[in-house]
Amino acid sequence: MGEIKLSDVNKSYGSVHVLKDIDLHIKDGEFIVFVGPSGCGKSTLLRTIAGLEKITSGEIKIDGKRVNDVSAADRGLAMVFQSYALYPHMTVRQNLAFGLENSNMPKAEIAERIGEAARMLEIDQYLDRRPGQLSGGQRQRVAIGRAIVRRPTAFLLDEPLSNLDAELRVSTRAELAALHARIGSTMIYVTHDQVEAMTLAHRIVVMRAGKIEQVGTPLDLYNTPANRFVAGFIGAPHMNFLSAQVVEVDPASVTLTIGGSHRLLVPLAGHKLSVGEKLTVGIRPQHITLASDPGSLTVKVRLVEALGSETVIHADLHGEKLLAVVQGQKQITPGDEVHFSVAGAPLHLFDNNGLRVGA
Amino acid sequence: MGAAARFILRRKGGPGGRGWHWTDIVTWVWLIGGLVIMFGPAVWLTFSSFKTPAALNEFPPSILPYVTSQATVEGYDKPLQLYDAKMPDGSTRVLAEVRRIGIMAQMVDPKAPGEIIRVNINDRTPVRSVSFATENYTEPFVHFDFLRYLWNSVFVTVVATLITLIVNSMAAFALSKYEFRGRNLAMLIILATLMVPLSVIMVPLYSIISTLGMFNSLWGVILPTVATPTGVFILRQYMLTIPDELIDAARMDKASEWQIYWRIVLPLTAPALAVLAIFSVVWRWNDFLWPLIVLSRRELYTLQVGLSIYSGELNVQWHFILAMTVVTMIPVVLVFIFLQRFITTGIAGTGLK
Amino acid sequence: MTKTAFSSLLMTPVNALMRIVDAPLRRLQKATGISGMAAFFLAPNMLIFGIFVLLPLVINFVYSMTGGTAFFLSERSFVGGEQYARLFSCVDYLDPMSCQEDAFWTAVGNTFWFVLLQVSLMILASLVTALILNRDLVARSFWRAVFFFPVLLSPVVVGLIWKWILQRQGLLNYILYQFGAEPYSWLTDRTWTFAATIGVSIWAHMGLYTLILLAGLQAIPKDLYEAAEMDGTRPARVFWRITLPLLAPNLLVVVVLALIKAVQVFDEVYVLTGGGPGTSTLYLTQYIYETGFASALRNPGLAAAASILMGLVLVVLTLLQLGVGRRSENKGKR
Repeated sequence: MGEIKLSDVNKSYGSVHVLKDIDLHIKDGEFIVFVGPSGCGKSTLLRTIAGLEKITSGEIKIDGKRVNDVSAADRGLAMVFQSYALYPHMTVRQNLAFGLENSNMPKAEIAERIGEAARMLEIDQYLDRRPGQLSGGQRQRVAIGRAIVRRPTAFLLDEPLSNLDAELRVSTRAELAALHARIGSTMIYVTHDQVEAMTLAHRIVVMRAGKIEQVGTPLDLYNTPANRFVAGFIGAPHMNFLSAQVVEVDPASVTLTIGGSHRLLVPLAGHKLSVGEKLTVGIRPQHITLASDPGSLTVKVRLVEALGSETVIHADLHGEKLLAVVQGQKQITPGDEVHFSVAGAPLHLFDNNGLRVGA
Repeated sequence: MGAAARFILRRKGGPGGRGWHWTDIVTWVWLIGGLVIMFGPAVWLTFSSFKTPAALNEFPPSILPYVTSQATVEGYDKPLQLYDAKMPDGSTRVLAEVRRIGIMAQMVDPKAPGEIIRVNINDRTPVRSVSFATENYTEPFVHFDFLRYLWNSVFVTVVATLITLIVNSMAAFALSKYEFRGRNLAMLIILATLMVPLSVIMVPLYSIISTLGMFNSLWGVILPTVATPTGVFILRQYMLTIPDELIDAARMDKASEWQIYWRIVLPLTAPALAVLAIFSVVWRWNDFLWPLIVLSRRELYTLQVGLSIYSGELNVQWHFILAMTVVTMIPVVLVFIFLQRFITTGIAGTGLK
Repeated sequence: MTKTAFSSLLMTPVNALMRIVDAPLRRLQKATGISGMAAFFLAPNMLIFGIFVLLPLVINFVYSMTGGTAFFLSERSFVGGEQYARLFSCVDYLDPMSCQEDAFWTAVGNTFWFVLLQVSLMILASLVTALILNRDLVARSFWRAVFFFPVLLSPVVVGLIWKWILQRQGLLNYILYQFGAEPYSWLTDRTWTFAATIGVSIWAHMGLYTLILLAGLQAIPKDLYEAAEMDGTRPARVFWRITLPLLAPNLLVVVVLALIKAVQVFDEVYVLTGGGPGTSTLYLTQYIYETGFASALRNPGLAAAASILMGLVLVVLTLLQLGVGRRSENKGKR
């Protein structure tokens, strides 16, 4: 079992409030990812769950048991650290055994668990080496192995892939997903990389400045971001934000102008907008297409990045930046005027406070 | 020889044909002079320590330890001194001196003791041979409490170093890996007293030692020295470089704080511990003033105290003192030979001694 | 492989001991939490430190205001500032012999001249040696070790080595004899003995300061010298305009360190001369030691008062060092 429940958790260092009213229910077997910019409190949140940091107020329950005052050693969790934190003076085998010896496990069982984990992670041949003699990827596996042998209630992973090179990161990511499928334990994973979050998570927790901004499945967050921050954070390249003004309202739709005069009809049910109100429209770069008719948005091209399969166009619309990712290779050069179409693209409306308008 | 000199005196990297600049000459005069002045006295002392008391009193002294040869001659009770005597015909014979009257010596041939030969004392020189008076080394062990002093010094050095390492490393661990109220205060106190020398506190320290019943006890010598601020400082600086994540990882691995200290932090601090251990051994071995104050019973003296007391006596037995001095130097010379590079880089890095 | 086997054999009993220690400590940790363990780790050091360093430091002031020959504080009578008054009672402040404690003022005077001459000559010698060692030398670490060797010797050994060399039948007289000089008893001559204490203590300590200065010299970036060479700067100018200014912070630290050491001079001089002949090499620490312990007319209160005065000098020098250290640190940051 690995159900973790946080209620109203707060944490401050002196006058600095680093976690604010965190409520979160992590289900057994779930792969959950904390994501957010650096300094948002995601690592601190993980460390409070681990028991490495004490919370200032609130409650943390593991499998229904309150663990606020339980030490890190007795919470039954295992952690994989960003730097791997392997004991440099011990061999791989001793690294794996250390935690098990501390809980007075019989030698035979320790050996069996190490053998099993080593086979699973394909590190059998390195067992008698020291961490200093291993490559980054191998160390990473040992760090995961050290967690696996413990058979913990839940795994806590603190940016475990950030010290790997890009290629290794992609393959290890896939292995981690496979590992989770195989073990089935709860995993809590912290990263600042939204691609990792999208590919690994059952549910993503987006954090900013000590607060949870939104919790949901990757596609939930992508399709219906709760606010402008989440919308901008999830998806690459970032979503375009254009200022807009309401010019017509209807019970089932609104009409806005963007880029000065371009009119957009957005179907929207149950809204409370009125004419003249100012909004922000969010459009993902992938949803913009090139058009030929002059009735669409006319933009001035600033920069063109030809990636082969797609072309990234940095453009300027009445002083606002607009980014488009279009399929295929295009004959466009900076300084050109081109036409963008957003017809049929999912549009996200945010009010002045950055909150999502409508469903 | 010439090739060796060329190799040693060669200036590294200098273009061959440029010749000698005056600064090169100054450099080599200074270095060779330094070599003689720095090592010479110790070498001289070591040679001297193998001389017999008679040879020590000679002037001018010889570099190597010589003894004059004697021979037992038939018809004479005491052994007689042997001389190379120049005969009137210009040849040289080895003769034994029976007695001296004025400037004439009465001598006999050891092989034919019947005939007395008279030789002018200016025509004879003692027969001498190089001989090491090893009894200078063996006798103090028997006649003095030298073995006792040696043991006391070893005991003080080893025990003080062990306690220093344990106590200092524990404190350094607390000061580098825990956040607690008063940590900065503790650090400040330690740093502030880095410069409290013994000479400033010896009177009250003596009264504290007496109150604790440690006067005339080796523990009274050991304990005041073990909480060295220098040691705490060196170890703490080193422990700060151990990543905190390792400590966290150990805590997640169900290690107790003691285990973290013993099994994670201490092994990783080994290089700094080694430096401190070497320093501590040299410090404690060389300590003089404090043992001199605390120890007043002869059987408790350390080598340094014993040496200074014996050398201060009215009738100094230099042959024993010199030999004991050489023995006292041995551990430090060993440290110097094997660990010199280690120490010099350590001092250059921390600026501490 | 055998090496690890050996060390594991050595460590087995130690590890067993540590495991035995661990059990009660785990219980302690349960009871006090992690911050309690911090106190536990700090306690032994702070306890020893408190009893043998801090406590004496505090008691010293009390001590200096008591009289009598007893050592236990409870058996001593309070005399207020009498000991200090005694130290400072002089008929003519320019003549130490006119003071009640003429030995104290003699020691102060001797120490003053000793510090002045020893530190300045030693720093000069160290600087020259460091500059020479910083050249492109073959076997530099060997030469560095040569000058460092006496630093490790015990002061008693240093004292005895030189006592042996300076005595009448000693090496020095032998060398001078080769040039036709008559043997001389150097250590019975007041001036020569004083000079000998300075020379010997320079011999014994200059290696340490050479080492620190050499480290400072090697920290000066090589490209500065290369740039100067490109500009055709004369070597003397390079020394005055590049080496010396950049070495200045190290030089100041070394001077203050040497001052602090020199004020406390005792061990090697005590063995070499015993303070004599007469009082010509009686220095402050020996005065404190003899007043406090050695003489039949011992007066620990007076010794404590003198040691506090000496402590004040050291405090000033230490503050100077901290100030110098901070300044050079700031320089490093800029």
